[in-house]
Amino acid sequence: MAVIRDVMPAFELFQPTSIADAQKLLQQQGHDAWVLAGGMDSFDWLKDRIKKPKVVVDLSGITELKGVRTAADGIEMGAMTTLTEIIQHPIIREKYKLLAESAELVASPQIRNQGTIGGNVSQDARCWYYRAGWPCYRAGGNICYADTPEGRNREHAILYADRCVAVNPSDTAPALIALDAKFVIRTSKGERVVDAEDYFIGPDIDITRLHILKPGDLLTAIRIPSTWAGAQFHFEKVRDRNVWDFPLLNVASVMMVSSGRIERIRIAVNGAAARPLRLKVVEDAVRGKPPNAATGEMAGKLAVQGAVPLQFNAYKIPLMRNLVKRAIGGVQEATWTS
Amino acid sequence: MSDIDGKEKIEPPPSTLSRRDLIKGVIVGGVAVSSASYLFRASTLVGQSARGTGERLLTINVNGQLRRVDVMKQETLAWTLRHKLGLTGTKLGCDRAECGSCTVLIDDVPHYACSVLTHTVRDRKVLTIEGLASPDGTLHPVQQGVIDEQGFQCAFCMPGFIMASVAFLKTNPNPTRTELAHGLSGNLCRCQDYDKILTAMMRGAENMRRASRA
Ligand code: FES
Ligand code: FES
Repeated sequence: MAVIRDVMPAFELFQPTSIADAQKLLQQQGHDAWVLAGGMDSFDWLKDRIKKPKVVVDLSGITELKGVRTAADGIEMGAMTTLTEIIQHPIIREKYKLLAESAELVASPQIRNQGTIGGNVSQDARCWYYRAGWPCYRAGGNICYADTPEGRNREHAILYADRCVAVNPSDTAPALIALDAKFVIRTSKGERVVDAEDYFIGPDIDITRLHILKPGDLLTAIRIPSTWAGAQFHFEKVRDRNVWDFPLLNVASVMMVSSGRIERIRIAVNGAAARPLRLKVVEDAVRGKPPNAATGEMAGKLAVQGAVPLQFNAYKIPLMRNLVKRAIGGVQEATWTS
Repeated sequence: MSDIDGKEKIEPPPSTLSRRDLIKGVIVGGVAVSSASYLFRASTLVGQSARGTGERLLTINVNGQLRRVDVMKQETLAWTLRHKLGLTGTKLGCDRAECGSCTVLIDDVPHYACSVLTHTVRDRKVLTIEGLASPDGTLHPVQQGVIDEQGFQCAFCMPGFIMASVAFLKTNPNPTRTELAHGLSGNLCRCQDYDKILTAMMRGAENMRRASRA
């Protein structure tokens, strides 16, 4: 499809200055309203005329959605905090470096200056059939163009595909799941706090959304408890180019090791399914074992159990196995196996 | 194409395109034919945008000047700068946050002007390549670095690279080559002139340090 380089189609723009006003607007406008955070995902949709909202609600003027604050236990980040602020924040760098590391690998410097943490975890799938406006399952149709014999699906899912084979493209999401973050959501019924992993949903629950937000809902903040402050962190992202690209796969883990044994661990991968996956099976299997190559090997094998490759993405299975292995066994000891 | 009191004057597409217009068309539209449709389409937008309600007349701070300008709700900063304010030093390459040629500074932070709504920069300071030189014409040390090292080929990407460098060097005045490359990694050069660009930007950094010592 030819790329259109022109002014976007007209929309009405609202720029509320409080969460309450934003919510009122969203409830009034219902399905017609588009929520604009940093805009790094939104503008593609609007410029390509794939999504044509009548009303855009820009959250950039809401001060209460911005910045990192210390909370009773850990920290709270407003959903409109930019990735650059998160990368540079002294407390995050000191105690929750995993998140800073994941954010640092997102896109490009300019995009990190504008892209927000709320936007990064709420962004839509990158499957190009979907992004190009093909009437696929995710767009409300009843076919998946990527999951056909000729479909280009090198970037697509190896786990939990259900009709749609798109993956979640966020780098910060698995880091937040590993850190046991809580997402604060404002709905018409009030505030709701969910575990990071429950914010994300697969096609089995809703094929048109990657997260639980319904029209009118707002993600307002993300909290990181102090549970894992200063733990042993590992984040790794594999992509084609070192700038701009979304992950083919990434892995995030937090680990507490005492007397040479893994005492506590959380590990998550993204780019493998429509939602970032917390690997509970792996966590249970490696607890009490030494964090070495043998444990990593076993963990990697467990992680990919049940994986089903498409025509062009079989490489993701050994890739995921090795990423998990390195996260647990360490990058030095672990050698890549095919 | 427009004047600063905000009323767009849309000219009909010229029947014979000058070489410069043709080049503009090729860069902006991808193929020469689309430069004509590009103008046609712009004319239909004027009517369309009139649907918007609320404040459209904005005052924005660009290069230290307060500029009064009529801005559509859906208009990007790159569009306002180039087509309303005549500041064509900011280039539009991809219009999709994927190349960096539109990089400008907003409150000293580099942003892709193609991916910022002008309505969101009302209370902020915008700096474009046109605002770098001093009023007496003395070039910014980074611009001087480009001249010293002849750093670019076609230089379409140059304004974006310079703006990204200026911002990066403000907070990292003494970077290694690798650090600077990382700082400029959000800018692409179609001529693949990266090595010389980096040399020029390193020279710019040196010029900046010298200027601040002086
Ligand atoms: S034109 Fe804005 S990044 Fe390419
Ligand atoms: S010098 Fe030609 S695009 Fe960079």
